[in-house]
Amino acid sequence: MIEVRDLHKDFGGHSVLDGVSFRIENGESVAIIGRSGSGKSVLLKHLIGLLQPDAGAVLIDGENIVPMNERQLLRVRRKFGMVFQGAALFDSMTVAENVAFGLRRHEHLTEREIADRVAGVLEMVDLSGTENKKPAELSGGMRKRAGLARAIIYEPQIVLYDEPTTGLDPIVSDSIDQLMVRVRDRLEVTTVVVTHDMRTARRVGQRVLMLHNKMIYASGTPAEIFESTDPVVRQFIDGVADAKECLI
Amino acid sequence: MTAVFSPLANKRVIATLTEFGQITLLAKEAVSSLLKWRVSWRDLLYQIYFIGIKSQSVVLITGAFTGMVLGAQTYFQFHKVKMDTATLAVVGVSMCSELGPVLTALMVAGRVGAAIAAELGTMRVTEQIDALRALATHPVDYLVLPRLIAAHIALPILTVESIVVGILAGYFVGVSVLGIEPTYLWENMLRYTHQVDVMIGLIKAFTYGGIIALVGCYKGLTCGLGAEGVGRAATEAVVYSSITILIANFFLTLVMGKLVGLL
Repeated sequence: MIEVRDLHKDFGGHSVLDGVSFRIENGESVAIIGRSGSGKSVLLKHLIGLLQPDAGAVLIDGENIVPMNERQLLRVRRKFGMVFQGAALFDSMTVAENVAFGLRRHEHLTEREIADRVAGVLEMVDLSGTENKKPAELSGGMRKRAGLARAIIYEPQIVLYDEPTTGLDPIVSDSIDQLMVRVRDRLEVTTVVVTHDMRTARRVGQRVLMLHNKMIYASGTPAEIFESTDPVVRQFIDGVADAKECLI
Repeated sequence: MTAVFSPLANKRVIATLTEFGQITLLAKEAVSSLLKWRVSWRDLLYQIYFIGIKSQSVVLITGAFTGMVLGAQTYFQFHKVKMDTATLAVVGVSMCSELGPVLTALMVAGRVGAAIAAELGTMRVTEQIDALRALATHPVDYLVLPRLIAAHIALPILTVESIVVGILAGYFVGVSVLGIEPTYLWENMLRYTHQVDVMIGLIKAFTYGGIIALVGCYKGLTCGLGAEGVGRAATEAVVYSSITILIANFFLTLVMGKLVGLL
């Protein structure tokens, strides 16, 4: 269970989060939507302790991770898998080495067992046969898949996705959406997706949170959010720019 | 303090002290990680290869030409007072306790310090450091510690190579080019170059290895965003580690000179 209480964060005097609170139950799938620069990725990084808030609490299974130091956080982070916006694959390693990274560091397995686990998870993300490729040889969609394989190989309880479909064409985006749903259903993980892609939010999220003006502005099922008559929510979903912004 | 320095100078002093404090904390974290041996042999061996083996050519060329120049310059002065055969003794003592460790460290700082800062900096701006942390791996365990240990091991070995090549090159110039009598030249070098000179050189090299790795890692881990940030981190890693090496050399020379005098 993830619980965020009254989270505040500013960077150099510029406030990004100002009293964000929400709760995500085990096994739930939540999409966090909001405009570019609204602080979605910052919020996601707080959930895993990659950023420290100025005030507030982040509770993972009832344990507040905010006062923890980097070493204490390592234990909590083993519950998480995270897929980064640019995949963040280690470019000096092959796909197989990237995917096996967590296993090699934290579990005592034989090379054979590691190879089997890597092959299994690569098959799950439709990347079989790419074991010996370097990240630079992969397309954007393949990199995201490899990043997802690396995040789920040690079977975490929670998977975080940071803009998983940004920069991908609609067909590849659709395949990534399907993959996230498949991972969610097969591994029964808690899923948190940060996105401004409405199709991803609708397909992956069982609940949608909208971040606006540094706070959670709206929360509901995808149907409730997408049928909302609130002007702010409506404007974002319909993708209509302000008259002022049209002039820029 | 505000009355003494301008606001800009104040800011710079505070920034420098802050960086010094952060590098000290990084060193403390690395020592704590070292005590629990959280380093993989594979990573360590690769870093020894990268820092040690791949720096050989630059260090050997530097050592050889430094020994030759030092030999020639010393000869030009000593020849005036008929002390030609003491030439290699000066080369030996200088190479062992000063020029060997310092020049080796400066060359390695240029090659390795910049590479470490650029590599870690690129990892930072492409979120690879965050990915490491998300994979429950401490960046100090995985990135800093292997480089720090490797630099501590490689620098003394490279320094010994530089000293040996420098002395041999000085001997070659003395005998073949300047026509100094070889037996006395060699005997005087052995008579006046003591074990303690070699020990001082090795202690210095060990210290400089740590400085190069720590400054390079720190600059990489804290680099600014984008290509500009990575470039600046690499430049600053070389400049800061070189200056720190020169300052540390002065104090190490004083302290160890005193200690040797007392012993």
